[in-house]
This record gives sequence, structure tokens and C-alpha cells, in this order.
Amino acid sequence: MSYLLFQLAFAVYIVATAAYLVFFWSQRKEVRTAARYILFGGGLLHTANLVMRYVEAGHTPITNHHEAVSFFAWSVAWGFLTFRWRHQVKNFGTFVSPMVTALMTIAAFSSREIMPLPPALKSAWLPVHASIAIMANGFLALAFCGGIMYLLQERELKKKRFGLFYTRLPSLEALDTLNHHCLAIGFPLLTLGIITGSIWAKQAWGTYWQWDPKETWSLITWLLYAALLHQRFTVGWRGKRAAIMAVVGFAAALFTLWGVSFLLRGVHSYVG
Amino acid sequence: MSAERIMLLGVNHKTAPVEIRERLAFSADPGAPFREIKVIPGCDEFCFLSTCNRVEVLFVASGGDDTERRIRDFLFAGSLSYQEAGKFVYLHKGEDAVRHLFRVGASLDSMIVGEPQILGQLKDAYRNADERDCTGPVLNRLLHKAFSVAKRVRTETNIGSSAVSISYAAVELAKKIFGSLSGKKVMLVGAGEMAELAAQHLMNQGVAEVVVANRTFERALKLARCFNGSAVAFDELLSELEVVDILISSTGAPGIILHHDDVKPVMRKRRHRPLFMIDIAVPRDLDPKLNDLDNIYLYGIDDLTNVVEVNKAERDKEATRAERIVVEESLKFLDWLASMEVSPTIVALRSRAEELGRLEVARTLAQLKNLSPKEQKQVEILASSLVNKLLHNPIQYLKANGTPEERRQRIDTVRRLYGLDGGD
Repeated sequence: MSYLLFQLAFAVYIVATAAYLVFFWSQRKEVRTAARYILFGGGLLHTANLVMRYVEAGHTPITNHHEAVSFFAWSVAWGFLTFRWRHQVKNFGTFVSPMVTALMTIAAFSSREIMPLPPALKSAWLPVHASIAIMANGFLALAFCGGIMYLLQERELKKKRFGLFYTRLPSLEALDTLNHHCLAIGFPLLTLGIITGSIWAKQAWGTYWQWDPKETWSLITWLLYAALLHQRFTVGWRGKRAAIMAVVGFAAALFTLWGVSFLLRGVHSYVG
Repeated sequence: MSAERIMLLGVNHKTAPVEIRERLAFSADPGAPFREIKVIPGCDEFCFLSTCNRVEVLFVASGGDDTERRIRDFLFAGSLSYQEAGKFVYLHKGEDAVRHLFRVGASLDSMIVGEPQILGQLKDAYRNADERDCTGPVLNRLLHKAFSVAKRVRTETNIGSSAVSISYAAVELAKKIFGSLSGKKVMLVGAGEMAELAAQHLMNQGVAEVVVANRTFERALKLARCFNGSAVAFDELLSELEVVDILISSTGAPGIILHHDDVKPVMRKRRHRPLFMIDIAVPRDLDPKLNDLDNIYLYGIDDLTNVVEVNKAERDKEATRAERIVVEESLKFLDWLASMEVSPTIVALRSRAEELGRLEVARTLAQLKNLSPKEQKQVEILASSLVNKLLHNPIQYLKANGTPEERRQRIDTVRRLYGLDGGD
């Protein structure tokens, strides 16, 4: 059942992405409205998939790679959908929906087998720590999309050659604000993810911090974002630098998620 | 006179980049073109127009290509060779020159089609030339015609509607940088019509405040009052730069007034808030390297063209109507010019025929010595009515309507038939 729901959600996300891309080229409003509804539908199906999987597995479904990446995609999709309510950012969906689809593709190709929960993960902290950490990634992903859009728009404005993006992308100010808002949510979540993980580690392994590669890399990611926010508040870093930092920070976040699991192994290796 | 003697030599924003146009602007010595061109042999009448986007010399030459070449040499005064200059320069003759001038006056050749400033600039150029006694009957008539064509285009088409101006482009860009313009602060450096217009547009878009900096403080105060803004002294420019968001510069300064290295520390003080700079001065006021600084967006007049592509179809339609008016009016002017050629031909034809009549009457009367005064009178009448009757058709032929080309053809025919240009 959850398998079917996943396939459905995946397919609907692909259609939504296609619709957003069509809208980007044609700029026809009705296409955008359709794309929004389709993405919303995909989000609902995806939610149902996560719930079903929870029921089937009997524990929070963020314990293997498939589940983690799928939940990541869900966070990006819902982060975007809830964001859209509060402020509109022109053509943001065109950049976010391909990312959701890409994550879903990665999830689709990972093993979907439901494994019995390893004893170390049997804790009330599992849903708290894992979901917060991944939702943080979701918002950082949105900041990344905003950063890319900023860099594209800024490039055309600086070079004074107005191509595909000038009319389609929102103002620099709007993109910078978007970047800031995403970080304003993503960074506290990231902090909370690290803190909850640390508390859990104390309970499970008896120490708050043991310099496991995942821990180290999430600290590096945290420091990057902390530096960005610090600079923004003190000397007013914004615009291009903030956008580049959002891109770099997200790369670090992705490395924490994947690079660490595949290249460096540690106590976190079962997740991802 | 022949229409081909009217010539127009120049460069504009389409043919030459701003670096080249700057060199021709003669901003250091605005009187130079008048003094220098006036002494060029074969240049009977001329008018010199220099704006941000064009430098043009309109002249009536009796010296042919040599005159043109000398004017060109003066314009580029050693800064470019004749061949190099040829890449940027255009030369229109006769009908083309007339049409080009009308298009310029009607703002059809402007970077931003329909912008209102050019007509004023053309009028200033004419006044300057007229005061220095550089124009004559042909250019007086031609330039006045250009003004009335511009007026006709303005009233009969929508070409000058508000959306079509540099300021429109500036507002568009500002919105892409700042999103909403409300609460933003604009600074005008120098006072030019175009800058004022841009500021007006920005005000309409909700800009909070306008600050004016000018070399003469009175002028700054006066302008600031128009916008309910404030005036600052010119040396407060850098400190003021810390608080403004948009800067429009249009001073007549001969060099750069804001350098990269001066502005760099200001950005730190601004906490890197974006700064949109518009340089509409020629020669440029703002260091082009400023654009390399993060969060500074520097646009010159050339760059603004790219932005105004929006809404183009609508304006193209109006431009087509305006072009029709220009064609119509330039034909009218050429008609007048042709009639200038017709009357002297008729006068010459008549005097030649009457001369012949008088000679023949004198010879006849010398042989017929015993004629009574009454009979002598009869002979004279015979001769003059013969002359009149014979001239009637050729004169009608000359006066008849037709295209300027046809009329020139007919004048040529008559002049050769009756040997009016010497020889047989």
C-alpha cells in the first residue's frame, strides 16, 4: 500500500515539475495554477505514503536511506507549499519542484525494504531528532533554490544582458528575503536537530558528542550557516554573498547526508 | 538649388559606442564646432547638434565631397583615422538627410523612441547656430520644418506617451532590484531634464524621498523643492551615498565624479544594501568599474536600451504612423526646395527669351527706318507676344506638379533645351 502511494506521489511530482517547467517557458497563468494543484496533490499522496509506512513498519519511517530521502523530499515539498501561502515568489516552484522530483528519484532507487528497527534506534528521540534534522535540510534546500535564483537574476542584472530570467525571476530583494526567511526557519531547526541528537547520544551511548563523521559534518554545516547569519546581522552580508553561502551551506548539508554515509563510516551509518 | 547639397554627417547610439561619442561631444569647449566648421570652404550653412546619444552636423555644401571630408576630419580631430571614423559615422544626402533630421526631431531615432528631450536639444542647437550666423535660408526653413514635424508627430500619434522614456527603463530596473520602491531614497546628481523626468517617474512609483546634489546650490534647492526633497552640497555626495538607494547622475562634468575606490568603503557603511546607479551623462560621471562592486548595479544610457524592449509592439505601431508623417513632410520640404529651383529657372528662361526678343527688335527696326512710331510699337508687340506665347508651355511644364525627381528632370531638360547654363 505504502509502495503504491509512493509510486503515485512520485508520478504526480513529475507531472507537477513538467507543468512548472511549461509555465516557466510560456508564462501562462493557468498552467501555474494547475502546477500548484498538482504539486499539492503530490504532497498529500506523499503524506499518506509516510503515514502508511509508519503503520506498516510500526516505527517512524526515517531509518534507512529510502525513508530519509523520501522524508527529505516531503519536507521540501511541504516547506514550499506552506511558504507559498505567506509570500509569493515568482517562479519559485519551477526551481523547487525539480529538486523534489530529484530527491524522489533517489529515494525510488534505494532499497525500500522495511527492516526491523536496530536496538540502538529504539527511542522516543528517533522521530524527534530525525524529523527535525531532515526538515532543517528541507528549508536549507529552499534557501539553496532561492540562492540559485538570486545568482541567476543578479548575473543578468550585472551583465545587462536580459535573457530568460530577467522577466521571469522576482526582484533581487524578494529573493534575498526568501533566502533569509528559509534560513530563519532552517537554521534553528538544524540547531535543534544537533541538540536533540546530542541528548539522544548521551542516552544511547553515554556521551554527548563523539566526533562521529556525521556529527562533525553537521557541525561544519551549522558553522557555515551560523557564519552567514552572523555576518548578515553584524555587517549586513546579503545578496550575492548570502546566496553563495546558501549554496555552499546546502552542499555541506548534502555531504552530511550522503557523503558521510557513503565515504566515511561511523555510528550514524545506518541512517542513509 | 539641388537637394543633394543638403548633407548630414554624424554618429549616434546605434553606430558608435559611448566611448566614441564622448570624444565628439566637445564638452570642454562647446563653441569650438561653430568656429571651426564655419571656416571650412564650401560649407554654406550648418548646424551642430550634440546630445547624450548623438553628434550630428547638418550642412549645405557647395564644395561636394571635399567639404564633407573636412568636416569629418574636424569631428574626429586626430582621435581616429578617416577609415576608423568611417565605421561609426553615417552620411545622409538630400532626401535622406531631410528625412533623418525629421526623424531625429520627432524622436523616432532616439534610443528611447518618443522621449521628449531631443526636440529641445535640437532647438537649442538651432539657436546656437543661428546666433553665430551659421545658418542660411535653406537650413532656417529646414529646421523650422523639423520642429513643426515633431509637433505634428507628438499631437497625432501616441509616441510620446509616458511609458516611453529612459525613466521608464530606470523604473523597470529599480523594481527588479528593489522589488517595491516605497521607502526608497533617490539622489539626483546634476540637474538635467532627463534626470528630472526619471526622478518624477520614481516618485510616482512610491519612492519616499529625493535628494538633489548640484554644483550650484541654488539650482539644487530649486529642483529639490519641485520634489519636496532636500538639497545637499556637492561635496556631501559620498556621505549622502550611505543612505540613498538610487542615484541618477547627469552632470556636465568633464570627467568621472565617483570613483570605484571612493565608493567601496561606502558600501561597507551601507551594510551592503543594494545601490542602483544610473549614469545619463556624456561624458560619463560614474566610473564603469563601479559595476564590479557587489550589490552595485551601474547602468549607462546604452544599457538602458535593453530594458525598454518591453511593450515594444505597441510603440512600433505608433512609430509606423509617425514615420508616415515624416515621409509626407519631407516630400513637402523637397517640393519647396524644388520650387526654389524652378523659380530661378523660369526667371532665367524669361530673361533669355526677352533678351533675344529685344535684340531682334532692335536689329529689325535698324533696317526699317521709315516706320511710324505706331508701326514700331506694333513690331515690339509682335516680338514680345511671340516670346510670351512660346514661353507659356515651357513655364507650365516647369511649374507642373510631380515628384522632386521628376521636377529636377524637367528643370534639367528645359535648361539644356534653352541653353540656360551657358554654352549654346
